[in-house]
Formats: sequence, structure tokens, C-alpha cells
Amino acid sequence: MFHGYLPMILDGLRVTLSVALVSLAVACIFGLMGASAKLSASPVLRGIAGAYTTVIRALPDLLLMLIVFYGGQILLNRVAAARGWDYIDINAFLAGTITLGFVFGAYLTETFRGAILAIPRGQIEAGHAMGLTRGQVMRDIVIPQMVRHAIPGFTNNWLVMLKATALVSIIGLDDMVHRASLASAATREPFTFYALIGAIYLAVTTLSILALGALERRVSRGVRPEATA
Amino acid sequence: MRLSLAALSLFALSGAAFAQDQVRIGVEGNYPPFSQVAPDGSLSGFDIDIANAICEQMQAECTLVQQEWDGMIPALAANKFDMIVASMTITDERRKVVDFSDPYYDVPSRFVAAEGAFEGYSPEELAGKTIIVLRNSPRAQYLQATYPDSRILAVDREPAVYLELAAGRGDIAFGSSVVSAEAFLKQPEGEGFAQVGETLTLTDSVDGGVGIAMRKGDEALRTRVNQALAAILEDGSYAEMAGRYFDFDITPPHARQ
Amino acid sequence: MIDWTIVRDMLPAFWNGLLMTLLLLVSSAIAGLALAVPLAVARSARSRWARWPVFGFTYVIRGTPLLVQLFIIYYGLPQFGVIRNSALWPVLRDPWFCAWLAFTLNTTAYTTEIFAGAIRTTPSGEIEAARAMGLSRAQVFRDVFWPGAWRRALPQYGNEIVQLMHATALASTVTIVEILRVGRDVYTNYLKIPESFGMAAVFYLVLTLVLTGLFRALERHYLRHLDPRASITPRPDPVKEPAHA
Repeated sequence: MFHGYLPMILDGLRVTLSVALVSLAVACIFGLMGASAKLSASPVLRGIAGAYTTVIRALPDLLLMLIVFYGGQILLNRVAAARGWDYIDINAFLAGTITLGFVFGAYLTETFRGAILAIPRGQIEAGHAMGLTRGQVMRDIVIPQMVRHAIPGFTNNWLVMLKATALVSIIGLDDMVHRASLASAATREPFTFYALIGAIYLAVTTLSILALGALERRVSRGVRPEATA
Repeated sequence: MRLSLAALSLFALSGAAFAQDQVRIGVEGNYPPFSQVAPDGSLSGFDIDIANAICEQMQAECTLVQQEWDGMIPALAANKFDMIVASMTITDERRKVVDFSDPYYDVPSRFVAAEGAFEGYSPEELAGKTIIVLRNSPRAQYLQATYPDSRILAVDREPAVYLELAAGRGDIAFGSSVVSAEAFLKQPEGEGFAQVGETLTLTDSVDGGVGIAMRKGDEALRTRVNQALAAILEDGSYAEMAGRYFDFDITPPHARQ
Repeated sequence: MIDWTIVRDMLPAFWNGLLMTLLLLVSSAIAGLALAVPLAVARSARSRWARWPVFGFTYVIRGTPLLVQLFIIYYGLPQFGVIRNSALWPVLRDPWFCAWLAFTLNTTAYTTEIFAGAIRTTPSGEIEAARAMGLSRAQVFRDVFWPGAWRRALPQYGNEIVQLMHATALASTVTIVEILRVGRDVYTNYLKIPESFGMAAVFYLVLTLVLTGLFRALERHYLRHLDPRASITPRPDPVKEPAHA
């Protein structure tokens, strides 16, 4: 049915998943940095983080990806030229993941910030009062609870980002979408292959929802549902 | 002839200093018969042959980097490669952002349409029709200037020009006379279509044609490339390569004696 | 640093791109809203046979990338002779129609889920009271049920419309010359980021501001009853009475 192109498409899935996972890691880093900046005492940090989330969420993903991709390369080339280095070659994978991570870091900033704010302040104060260090408070009180509160937003962002990885084919990465276009061109059967990758995305989405749903249930063990009005 | 031979030998003597240098060449892979990719990923075509021949003349170690046409010049500017050998037509607009070598071939443009679909191809006869063309190209500019009453459908790569015609998304296509023949009319989907209308040469006769694009200001590389080009035009290797693909003369106007 | 001559020369092209973007946005938003209302009712119906097909539709659309959906419609449909030979072919092959269809299906799916969620959270007390007051089923639906759902859905729906506006940028991948395509062309021809993508960003920022402003105004109007400051009880005069602790 797929004229022997199935292995090529599945290898494209491998690329897509690696882009998604690496981007997720990068996005978490940007998200945590952004969240702590937004919650910090310094108005400068809050301003920068505010600008970051506002601008990114006001622009289309594809536009942001193109700006980071081309602009980032130009910046790096200028740095390399100024330092007298040869040239810094960023391959499409690196460009795509850093771009996606930077963009979705803005969305995760809001998710993490909301999750941290949802932790009752009293618990953190009690931790300090009991003599725990800042690190211990972070590790034993804040982060476990933040994870629980962040999961719904995190799941949502992960699903959106997973689908956004399709856009990296536009900046030249040889991902599943690109493979589908190659296979369609060779076999003259675009519907077959685009529908195939649609089904594959759906499968990955379903697995993610199931897995993250199970995770949410696990970290919510023992949590009593809040009384509703 | 003797003068360029002398220049070449001087060049070869000083070539030792350049022998180790690396040059990265941007190529397309989607413009048969000038460049195409085999299923196993290997590149072939006239552009590829020219790129390799120039490399040999420059005594440089070359890497071919495949790049989609739409992002070709941005990729050059972003230092993904040092020169573009991808049948890029020399135009004044492009000269504002890149430097070109001397032209290395020139082929005319033709309209392609379903056989018998149109009687004439003047702006009046094509008014209201959809003409498919490669975006951001001299052909697109020509159409915009000459056919203001037609609808222009701009696509991002040359093969798509003909595929969209076959898919029925346009009434007539405008593209390279060679590529339309090779990539479309000889293929099963090209059945029922033909090159129609006049043969149009859009580039002017002095320095018209396609050239090798390089970053602005890269004079050193440009000189070497021009010298290499002149060399292969002189010593017959160009004619031999061209003969493999074309049974007509594609030498650029300035090089025809 | 910014070459204002390029900006000036390209402004007409960006303006045309803006019109394209708006046309795509408005046409798919209206169609999506029209489709989502009945689908949302079906989605929250008691009968399995009504709920599940709609859920299937929204699940598939929300679980696959819009780019892939667009490509299936634009590149994929012509694969079938049935479609190529049908009377609708001139419409089905048009890039405009394909983009509109993809965006409409996409926004329908998300909007359906938003409205279904709003419907599900309808306080049963409201409906019971309305029925008890003697309103007919149709009146209940039109005057109590639907306005309530619309009010609850409004914030999320506003967000969805902004996302739809961002999604129109994908139309650039199927030859439609909207804002992003103009930006990319300017970049390819001039290799300067501010004059190309920067300009596109400015247009999108303004559009986003206008849309969010519009929806905030709608929220202020429809959700007035939730605004603590909209109370009609007289406020304490700030001069005569000190603020309470």
C-alpha cells in the first residue's frame, strides 16, 4: 500500500519525536527561567519575562520559527565573524529544536507560573520556619506540588508542540512531513502519505494523553477534590 | 587562448596555497536535468557536473550541500555554503544581495499548456487566465510586467509549476524550456501537454544567463570561480558535459565565439 | 539600520497580505461558528449516537497538525479521479477554497469542544427555573440556555479566534499571498529581517491587539453580571467613609 516507503516515513517519525522531545526539554528550561523571572522581586526581570511571553503569544508560531531560524543564524555568523572563527554551522535539527523550545518556553512560563502560584504560601513559609534551606523547600515542597498543578497545562502545551513540529519541515528539517512529501512526489499519491502521517500523529497524541493522564492520576494520589461552590 | 593558458598555469603554480581549502556548494536537487536526487540520495545533473568541474579547476575540496530553492539565497547569506550552483538567473535584483560569476549557461523560457488549449499567448488572449510560475524569479517579474490582466500563481519550486498545471490549478505554465521538457513533458503526467507559444529569451544578450551566486564582497572566490569557468569553457570539458544532456548549444551568449 | 525605502515599497504588498489574512480569518470563523453550534449541542446530547461521531470528528482534527490537514486537502484530494472529474472540481482545486476548508474544519472542532464544555456546565437550576416559569423548550433554549453557554464560552472562544488568526499564516504554504508569505518574499529578495519578518510581526501584533481588545469588550458586555464593579448598590463615598480593613 505504501510502495515500500513505510520505513522512510517511520524513520521520519523518529526525527519528529526527537525534535519534539528535545524541544520539550529546551522549552522546560525557558519556561522555568521565565516563571522564576516573572515571580521574582526584580521589576527588570519581570519586565523581560513579560515581554517574552506577550510577544511570543501574540505572533504565529511559523513566523517566530522563521525569525529565530534566520535571525539566529545571522546573529551567530556575526559573532563568529567578530571573534574570527570560521563559521558556526547550525544544522536544521538544532535550529528547529531551539526555535520550538524558545517559542513554547513562553507558553510553559505561564503554565509553571500558574502552577507555582497555586501552591499555598503557607506551606512554603512553614518549610522555612521549620529550618529547611531554600533548596530543600524547592525540592521537597515546591516542585512536587508544582508538578501536580502544572500537568494539565503541560499536557496541553506538549500536544500543541507535538503538532507544531510539523512546521519544522518548512525550515528545511527532514522530518516526517518532509518524508511524506518526498514519498508523495515519487509515487504521485499524496493523500495516501499525508493521511498516513496524520494517523501516526493521532496515535502519538493518543498515547501522550493516556500517559500524561496516568501521570496526573499518580501525582494526585491522596489529594482530596476541592469543595465546589 | 594562449593568454588564458598562461594565466591558468600561473594559477596552478600558486594552486598549492589553495590546495587544502574547503568550499561548500549549495545545490538544489529538484531541477532536472540540471540537478536531481536519486532515491538513494545521490545528486546528479548538469549543475552538479559544472560544480564538480569548477572545484577541480580551483583545486579545492568541495562539499555539495542540498538546499531547497525557496531558501537558497538566505542560506548562502547565513553561511550554509559559499556558492550556489543551482541554475540561478543573473538579475539586477539579485545582484543587490549577492555577487554573480560570469554566466555558465542560458536557456530560453516557454509557455506550457494543454495541447490546443489556447490559440495565442498575448496578454489579451491570456487575460483572466491563471499563469503558474516560479515565485521571486525573473520569469515571474516578466509575467507581472507583461500580463497584468492575468492571475499569477507563484509556487516555490520549478517542478511544482508543472505539477500544479497537471493538477488543474492553473491554465498555463511559464518556465524553463529545458526543465519543462525533462521534468514534465517526458513524464506520464505531462501527457497531453506541450510547449506552446514563442521561445522567449528574458536575459539580455550581454551578460544574460544563469550564474554562480556568492556572498557580496567575496571577491577572492569570485575571481577563482570565473577563472575556473573560463578554463572549462576553453578546454572543451564544458562542451563535453553539455553534450551529455543537451543536443543544442547552451553556452552563454558572452562565451560564444 | 532599517532601510525605510524597502518598508515604504513593500507596504502595499503587506497591506494586500493583511486583507487576505482578514478574509481567511473572517470567512473560516463565521463558517466554523455556524457549524460548531449544532455540533456542540450534539456533542453534549444524552444519546451516544449523537455524541460519539462528533467526538470522533473533534478528536481527529484536534489530534493532527493543521499543516497535515491542509496538505491532505490541497495535495491529497486531487489524487482521486472521482474528485478530479466531479462538477465541484474547479472549486475543490482552488488554493483559496482548500485553505478555507482546512481552517474551517479546524476551528469547528475546537469551537465545538469549547461550546460543549460550556453547555455541560449549564447550571441545572437555570433551566429548571425557566421551565417552571412556563417557558417553552424553544424559548428556554434561545433565551436561557444558549446565552448562558455563550457567556461561559466567551473567554476561551476569544482565545480560539486569536489562534485561528495565527493559523492563517499556514496558508502561505499553499501559494496564498497573506502576511507571512509577503514577509518571506521580502526576506528572500532583500535578506533583511526587520523589513521583512519584522514588518509581518508588526501586522500580526496589531491584529492580535485588535482581536483581544474586541473580545475583552465583548466580555465586559456579556459578563457584566460577574464584574464586581458593575454593582448598582451605592458605593461608599471614598472621602466620607474610610476604606474597610
